[in-house]
Amino acid sequence: MLTEAQIERYSRHIILREIGGKGQKILFNSRVLIIGVGGLGAPVALYLAAAGIGTIGIADADAVEISNLQRQVIHHTTDVGKAKVLSARDKMTAINPEVEVIPHHTWVRADNILSIIKDYDFIIDGTDSFATKFLINDACVLAGKPYSHCGVLGFSGQTLTVLPGQSACCRCIFREPPPPELVPSCAQAGVIGVLPGLFGTIQATEAIKYLLSKGELLTDRLLFVDALEMRFQEIALERRNDCALCGDAPTITELRDQSEAMTLCDLGKA
Amino acid sequence: MTILDLRGVKCPINFVKVMLALEELEIGEVLEFFLDDGEPIGNVPRSLEQAGHKLLARNRVGDYFRLVVEKGEEAD
Repeated sequence: MLTEAQIERYSRHIILREIGGKGQKILFNSRVLIIGVGGLGAPVALYLAAAGIGTIGIADADAVEISNLQRQVIHHTTDVGKAKVLSARDKMTAINPEVEVIPHHTWVRADNILSIIKDYDFIIDGTDSFATKFLINDACVLAGKPYSHCGVLGFSGQTLTVLPGQSACCRCIFREPPPPELVPSCAQAGVIGVLPGLFGTIQATEAIKYLLSKGELLTDRLLFVDALEMRFQEIALERRNDCALCGDAPTITELRDQSEAMTLCDLGKA
Repeated sequence: MTILDLRGVKCPINFVKVMLALEELEIGEVLEFFLDDGEPIGNVPRSLEQAGHKLLARNRVGDYFRLVVEKGEEAD
């Protein structure tokens, strides 16, 4: 049973036919992992906590820097120097003390990601490097975990929801991370601060819809947004039978770190 | 049948409480509740019908209303 305080707190959810009291209880019994509490992870963490997702994991090894504050709205000026997972946890529990926040104060790597994601129902990729994005894609597909992919840079970004084995994964589209010389350099790594806010809220929406089994997920279509022109485009995708990861005869059957792309400085620090 | 007394409960929490009570019922079962005059009686019955439920009774009892709603099919 929902308490009086919960009925009030979640009243705007409960009113929705797609949620109701039953849906709100589903959310409360759900577990979502956010990898990276930077620009994308900030709105995801805030909104999922506010929404009453019962257990939210946050994984990040970074500490808050002043250059983060232009877009990573979960971190405040007084948090500079503090571990991002702890800074984020404070804000999440301040918004909603009912939510259990599990900090994973580490980078995800090939040797730890499967053990981190295994306890969660849905994974959010809020990271900023190509190598980590492929690692998350590979781990989620191998473990059968639905997840939301996203990347932002400059004034544009893209997002896709992946249901492993059912819908296109990132390797169906991009077979490998880009070679280091094609990865944007620091000078090209600017990002308009609102952009991860726009995309993070889309990712949080996908997580909630997945948990509730409502609506249509952003699967098999890559949403591309150019915020400078304010154009939203969808690119139709299909799961490839010959995908090296999720195809019929996969050649990628274990995880590996791709360090060549990981060492680039602060790529967008999405 | 217990009566849900929503006198003194403001919009939209009164509506939320009716919806939560209806969730516990089977389609076709009915719920009786009391509602204040003014904004509540103006909003809640309309909202329940929009949500697919059927209003069976609406009677003024002094300064409040007694309503009976039947859980609709679209509601699940």
